[in-house]
Amino acid sequence: MNIEIALTVNGETVRETVEPRTSLADLLRDRLRLTGTHLGCEMGSCGACLVMLDGAPVHACLVLAVQADGQKVETIEGLNESGHVSDLQAQFHDRNALQCGFCTNGMVMSAQALLSDNPRPSRAEIRDALSGNYCRCTGYEAIVDAIAATADRRAGIGETVE
Amino acid sequence: MTAGNEHIGQAHRRGNALRHLAGRGRFVTDLALPRMLHAAFVRSPMARGRIAELDVSDAAAAPGVVRVFTAETLNKTCAPWTGTLEHFAGMKSAPQNILAEGAVLWAGHPVTMILAHSRAEAEDACELVLLDIEEEEAVVDGDAALLDGAAPASEGIDSNLCFRTVLETPGLDDAFASAAHVVEESFTFGRHTAVTLEPRAVIADFDPSTGQLTVHQGTQTPYQFQDVYARHFGLPESKVRVIAPDVGGSFGMKLHVYNEEMATVAASLTLGRPVRFVADRLESFVSDIHARDHRVTARMAVDAAGTILAMDVDDMTQIGAFSTYPRTSVAEGNQVIRLMGAPYRMPDYRGRLSVVFQNKVQTSQYRAVGHPIACAVTEALVDRAAEQLDLDPFEIRARNLVADDAYPHVSATGYQFEKLSHQTSLAKLRQLMDYDTLRSEQAELRRQGIYRGIGIAPFVEITNPGAAFYGVGGARISAQDGAVVRLTPGGDVQCAISVTEQGQGTETIIAQIVADQLGVTPDQVKVTTGDTDTTPSGGATWACRGAGIGGETALRAGRRLQAQILAIAGAVLQADPATLALAGGAVIDSGTGRERITLAEIGRIATYRPDTLPEGCDNSLSAVQHFAPTGYPFDFTNGIQASHVEVDIETGVTRLLKHWVVEDCGRIINPLLVDEQIRGGVVQGLGPAFFEECLYDDMGQMTNASLADYLVPMAGEMPDIEIAHVETPTLDTILGAKGVGEAGTAAAGAAAMNAVNDALRPLGARISQTPMTPLRILTALGHV
Repeated sequence: MNIEIALTVNGETVRETVEPRTSLADLLRDRLRLTGTHLGCEMGSCGACLVMLDGAPVHACLVLAVQADGQKVETIEGLNESGHVSDLQAQFHDRNALQCGFCTNGMVMSAQALLSDNPRPSRAEIRDALSGNYCRCTGYEAIVDAIAATADRRAGIGETVE
Repeated sequence: MTAGNEHIGQAHRRGNALRHLAGRGRFVTDLALPRMLHAAFVRSPMARGRIAELDVSDAAAAPGVVRVFTAETLNKTCAPWTGTLEHFAGMKSAPQNILAEGAVLWAGHPVTMILAHSRAEAEDACELVLLDIEEEEAVVDGDAALLDGAAPASEGIDSNLCFRTVLETPGLDDAFASAAHVVEESFTFGRHTAVTLEPRAVIADFDPSTGQLTVHQGTQTPYQFQDVYARHFGLPESKVRVIAPDVGGSFGMKLHVYNEEMATVAASLTLGRPVRFVADRLESFVSDIHARDHRVTARMAVDAAGTILAMDVDDMTQIGAFSTYPRTSVAEGNQVIRLMGAPYRMPDYRGRLSVVFQNKVQTSQYRAVGHPIACAVTEALVDRAAEQLDLDPFEIRARNLVADDAYPHVSATGYQFEKLSHQTSLAKLRQLMDYDTLRSEQAELRRQGIYRGIGIAPFVEITNPGAAFYGVGGARISAQDGAVVRLTPGGDVQCAISVTEQGQGTETIIAQIVADQLGVTPDQVKVTTGDTDTTPSGGATWACRGAGIGGETALRAGRRLQAQILAIAGAVLQADPATLALAGGAVIDSGTGRERITLAEIGRIATYRPDTLPEGCDNSLSAVQHFAPTGYPFDFTNGIQASHVEVDIETGVTRLLKHWVVEDCGRIINPLLVDEQIRGGVVQGLGPAFFEECLYDDMGQMTNASLADYLVPMAGEMPDIEIAHVETPTLDTILGAKGVGEAGTAAAGAAAMNAVNDALRPLGARISQTPMTPLRILTALGHV
């Protein structure tokens, strides 16, 4: 039995008919072709599939598409186009805080959520906030640096990176 | 003329990183092709047994299912593969084919392939396959596998010994007989796995109308797979194209041949339509290669002054039911016994290696092949010798490291070192970490019941391998790389090169190198990688060769094009090309620096108005260059790492406080990317030192095969990593780069183990097993 749902994805209204078992991640990736949301473990451990659901980060692999009915979803594609994370993106680029890029979507989501809740986190708090984001390439330090630098810039400290 | 070094050595940012930040990565997992089918596999739930019954009729009739393959219907399309190489004399391994035939040889061995319109439907149908296996006793433990009468782990082998070798210098016995002190220890290095965040992914697309097979595969070695698919499926090489787009991590894991990739190609060839296989995380754990899994007993002889006289090492490593193809599962152990004691003058040595079959997932080459084992054993024994002699860890190393002015040097195991910088690195590390302050702080804290430890570990890393690695053993694995550099009609530069990018920054450094040869900026150089149809053939990325071999290839290709451009410019300007040079996007007068003609104008004339060139002037704006290392069989880099830890002796939990690396990778092409390679590598060394382990029960079942149970290092546990450099370029190449991809992983675990043991020393406890879990530390302390 398929279910009809309607949700807002990156500001656009989307109507789809899905199986009840379809995850939000599969809806985004396979139906809507928003492939910036990645799947690394499909059990909520790795953080590669994080998206914003009504403004808060959720694992798109653990949320069913039907649960997102009537809600607002933002993916990395939407955040990118909105310009809301352009400073984070610039710092990640400047600090080389990504290598293969597979975790990056989730890192940006976690960072954005952290800085919304706690605009001036310590390095330990940043590391703690990334406790659900696995990165195999960087060793994390550059990511911590990029988030700390973004927090500084948002607080008016330091130079902005283009 | 020789181009400048305006961009080589600069911290250029990676242009391709911007795509990932925008959510515009292009991974195989993101690709969807028309009429594509999705594959899922029924796998053996048992480590060893015989297939008594296999009935796929219900699965074949399930909704969405298009085809079900078993060994009977799929294996005949593929010539079997055997993971042996001739230069590993006497090694053996049984031939393999795609799906299990008769015997199942590890828990996870694929038995049936189901193709459906969606992965979900394929997985649903897997549940409908009737698979009855008569369980047999699995060969689980490597030592037991070698006992007389042990059942063989696979069919067609007479014992579980895959390979055995011994290296020995004539003076070994005398060295131990004359030693003032002999220290010895037994070590266990756990099995772990790559856990690339993007799992293995492949889409095979065979077009029967043209006979063309295109394989989109997340791999670091597209040419190797082009060759494998052509040979094993009987296709002309020109009809096989392998494309590796963005790859979500590889670290050596994605360069081996796997049953599932072969099955995907076979299925596409049979059905004439695209077939996709993407491993889910659970099947990654039981099908991706695992790494390490060594038991080592080792002793070291030292004289009364602390001079290292000899090491005697026995390594038993356990590799699964087959040696991997086409690189074998022997290279890891081979490098373990050859890298022992590498930083030291040590004159005598014996290394014994036994590579053993068992019924587990295959192990094979993973980042820093063999290095962490050799480094951890060597450095643990050096620390034990220092303890016996009451020497500081820095002092005993200062007395034994090969002197910076004593090169070339040949190690006791036969490695030839061109020039390394151990002494400079040791001194630099001491200063970088403020060693003396840390020691006094450590002593102060011990009085308060806080147990901190400091560990150091010098290392040598093998890089830039020539054909001696695989080619001499008969493997069709390229030791050379190739590049085509061209000037576009508009005056931009494009470089197509065989080395590949997995995020380490290959494309960025190639752009920097080419830019410097042609007097342009790196952002004017578009680099293409990862496609066998559009780049020249080459070895690609493994064993730390992207910068050293790929970089040199790009440099020489750039210089060749530079000469062609200057010849055309000379003809146009009626000037001697020797008086011209390239800078600022133009041809300049090399004496005055004055601009003579832009590259765009050269491109325009050579492309649209070659009729205006003098007769006989070659208008070619493309240059091709291949390069294979000559001189030394491999390059070696060196460095030293230090770890600072705090062990909670009540809980056994170790906190990583700080990590330092001094590294000498030769010429640094991009300091930002070099440092991030080191940091990422260090964390891949610390992971298995403290957390990562593929745990198996007595029946051969992996018991923690999920990302909830297998512990990977996360941001909260990892320390900040401070890095300094020494720069000793190799003289074998113009560029002088040696490579840096494995340096971090090589010694991080060794430094950490020494640090933990330094913390435990006042309590009389020692640990010599990784990962150093809280339980193992508490056991070492006698608390459990």
